[in-house]
Amino acid sequence: MKRLSALFWSLLFLAVPVLGVATFAVAPAYDIWLPKDVSEHGPAVDGLFYFILWLTGAVFIATEGVLFWFIWKYDESKSNGGVKYVHGSHTLEVVWTIIPAAVLLFISIYQMNTWADVKMRRPDMAPTVEVIGRQFEWRLRYPGKDGMLGTPDDLHLVNDLHLPIDEDVLIQLKSMDVLHSFFLPNVRIKQDAVPGMKIPVWFKAREEGVFDIVCAELCGWGHYKMKGRVTFETRESFDRWLEQKYAEQEATQPADSESAAVAKLSPASLLARR
Amino acid sequence: MSTADTTAAGIEHGTHVSETAAHPQPSPSKGSLSTFLSTYVFSKDHKVIGLQFLFSTLLWFLVGGLLALAVRWQVAWPWSDVPVLGKLFAQQGGQMSPEFYTMLFTMHATVMIFLVIIPVLAGAFGNFLIPLMIGADDMAFPTLNMLSYWFMWPAFAAFSASFFVEGGAASSGWTSYPTLATNVNAAPGSGWGQTLWLVGLTFVGVSSMLGSVNYMTTIILMRAPGMTMFRLPMTIWAMFITAVLQAFALPVLTAAGFMQLFDRTLGTGFFTPEGNIVNNAVATAGGGQPLLWQHLFWFYSHPAVYIMILPAMGMVSDILTCFARKPLFGYRPMVYSVAGIAGLGFIVWGHHMFMSGMNPALGVTFMVSTMMIALPSAVKTFNWLGTIWGGKIQFTTSMLFALSFVSMFIIGGLSGIFMAATPVDIFIHDTYFIVAHFHYVLFAGTAMGVWAAIYFWFPKMFGRTMNEFWGKVHFFLTFIFLNGTFFTMHILGAVGFPRRLADAYHYETFHHLQPLNAFMTYCAIGMVATQIIFAVNFFWSMFFGPVAGRNPWNANTLEWTAPSPPGHGNFDYQPVVYRGPYEYSVPGVEQDHLMQTDPPHPAAAAAAAAAH
Repeated sequence: MKRLSALFWSLLFLAVPVLGVATFAVAPAYDIWLPKDVSEHGPAVDGLFYFILWLTGAVFIATEGVLFWFIWKYDESKSNGGVKYVHGSHTLEVVWTIIPAAVLLFISIYQMNTWADVKMRRPDMAPTVEVIGRQFEWRLRYPGKDGMLGTPDDLHLVNDLHLPIDEDVLIQLKSMDVLHSFFLPNVRIKQDAVPGMKIPVWFKAREEGVFDIVCAELCGWGHYKMKGRVTFETRESFDRWLEQKYAEQEATQPADSESAAVAKLSPASLLARR
Repeated sequence: MSTADTTAAGIEHGTHVSETAAHPQPSPSKGSLSTFLSTYVFSKDHKVIGLQFLFSTLLWFLVGGLLALAVRWQVAWPWSDVPVLGKLFAQQGGQMSPEFYTMLFTMHATVMIFLVIIPVLAGAFGNFLIPLMIGADDMAFPTLNMLSYWFMWPAFAAFSASFFVEGGAASSGWTSYPTLATNVNAAPGSGWGQTLWLVGLTFVGVSSMLGSVNYMTTIILMRAPGMTMFRLPMTIWAMFITAVLQAFALPVLTAAGFMQLFDRTLGTGFFTPEGNIVNNAVATAGGGQPLLWQHLFWFYSHPAVYIMILPAMGMVSDILTCFARKPLFGYRPMVYSVAGIAGLGFIVWGHHMFMSGMNPALGVTFMVSTMMIALPSAVKTFNWLGTIWGGKIQFTTSMLFALSFVSMFIIGGLSGIFMAATPVDIFIHDTYFIVAHFHYVLFAGTAMGVWAAIYFWFPKMFGRTMNEFWGKVHFFLTFIFLNGTFFTMHILGAVGFPRRLADAYHYETFHHLQPLNAFMTYCAIGMVATQIIFAVNFFWSMFFGPVAGRNPWNANTLEWTAPSPPGHGNFDYQPVVYRGPYEYSVPGVEQDHLMQTDPPHPAAAAAAAAAH
């Protein structure tokens, strides 16, 4: 009876690594896995994810396996009183301190370059577009013909972001009200938008397609519906689209007026009204 | 040797410390109302205060669990009628509104962190165990100790009341990030609910601080003769270091809380930048920085993560040794790694802010320190494995929970490395991957550790043991359901499924994930339902469980030399300590355990000499 219960409990602990690994093995088949990536830096990010997954996976299987083995082997009903009276081992402590320390230090250094590429080595260029988070939408501002943001000919849009592929794009990220987070799952980009800050975000898309823009930082009751759409297209079709949107904006309002419909609520205009 | 033996002989004959110590409880029969109040309500006895904390936190655990179920319901079946709870908002057709959902997860985290985990570890077990395990008759400051419990009540009241004010309870997340939290126009729950939240938080802080001062003083000054620092059980080491963490980190949160309160009520604008427009209203003050709050908040709340796990680690270490009948593997490395976690814990807060807009170069610094904090955690895990290696494992309920703590902590520890790697964090930050990670640490880790501790020390608390069979059923089901609920969150996070969304299925990327979420919700319902078994076992055993002697588990530490339950003053004689707490299965000793108070034993001395 005691043997049986020891078997039962040790198998329960064995189930942890077995089912754990199985979950990760089966998940991609059901598409419950990293979404499609279309960015230039994405493979480096995903590669790092897989590297850590394999590494931690190995440690997971090893430690959980040892735990199972000890529970199975050293249960009371089996061992005939032969308890090892030991208080530790200096050698072992040194070994299992130095090896993980080296591995962790290696991971730390190994990833730095990717991080610097995505967040620190900003391309030297004017912003392609300004993205402004506002409860609960993404406001977009493209520089007009003069190529400069903040001038009267800016193009104002909401939630419908278009960007060219195969070239660096620089987004100037702002928030009008509360924290938001600009999350492009398919581009492996996430950056909080912070009121009072202008944060640069850059990447290069490799493929055409339409993807989600998700708000990933709680921004109020409507956080769940703060959804945008990003369309990646070739430079030519992007320019055509920009031309067309610009024409639409010109058509709907007097050319001399500074204010696009959206710009009425821009911080500057509101402050001016005050 | 001879001096020690004389002392021991003195103890044999019983040198009673005081008359009161001999009487277990002041008998209620002769008591008036004031006796009743001073014994059971406004008691200054650390054991009563510990139990008050235990009962209060278990009650809030239930509340937090039900809040979690409501959250899970919405995630699995958005906008469908909520059973039972739906009657509360019948005017909306029984569905929950998105603002109600944001309030639910905010209050789930708030209740679980501030009203359950922190007070159950430090308040309940810290209080109950510290004097007993170091051989003191009570805490150094009994009145402060009483106040530390009663300061929880204004917090309970503030958090409870916040559900009923206009706009509902706080709904800007438990992290309470400005400007969502500071601007009353930002969300329905950013009104009175948020103010009450800050008030509640401050009172929890006062309570923690009173406890922390008391624990440090007691452990430093009131140890029994012979109880050197390096003879302390791991539980006490963990409680001690946790108290130090509390004392140094908490003032920052308290100050930040007041700053946020002033932003909200006096318009100070510490966290509000120039030209901030929320809901078409321009903020009256500017010049502040939303990131400042994040730095201050996490300067406390990251050490708080260790406040929420270290005591559980300590208790699990003691339980593992007892039921493996073996000395703790690497006592000193265990102590140093706890200290290492605490020290490094102060310089890793920025890893919560990798995506926040903080200088990415600063992120690199925090990334390195965060990677390094995995090291002492790894050392602890290896030493736990070393402890059960070559032991003689007894599968008690308490041991099963302790073993599962180790098993689950491995998962929680390893998943942390993903988030620490800054480029990977770009993708998984604020997704279910992090939700999986902290639930593995805090639920599968700490909560399982707390159950291990409840089953283990229940006999000392109430003089009776809990039912083992139903304890194991409770363990088995909780273990299965918790993994069903939380392990799957990892793969959900791998898709980038964001947390805190009332409905994510309208996104192309996430629309196919509903069946998995439904599975997780079924598991969560099972997990909460399983706790009925625990509750019944707990209360039934309090009155009808088999009577336990002083030392039902044949453990070594001092609390097991006191009566079960110990009377006022704890010990019926002054305990004197001759050895460390982990002398199990000493060769040449007839019994398989040598208590810390057992007089010096020649065979033990020989074994100790041979071991070195």
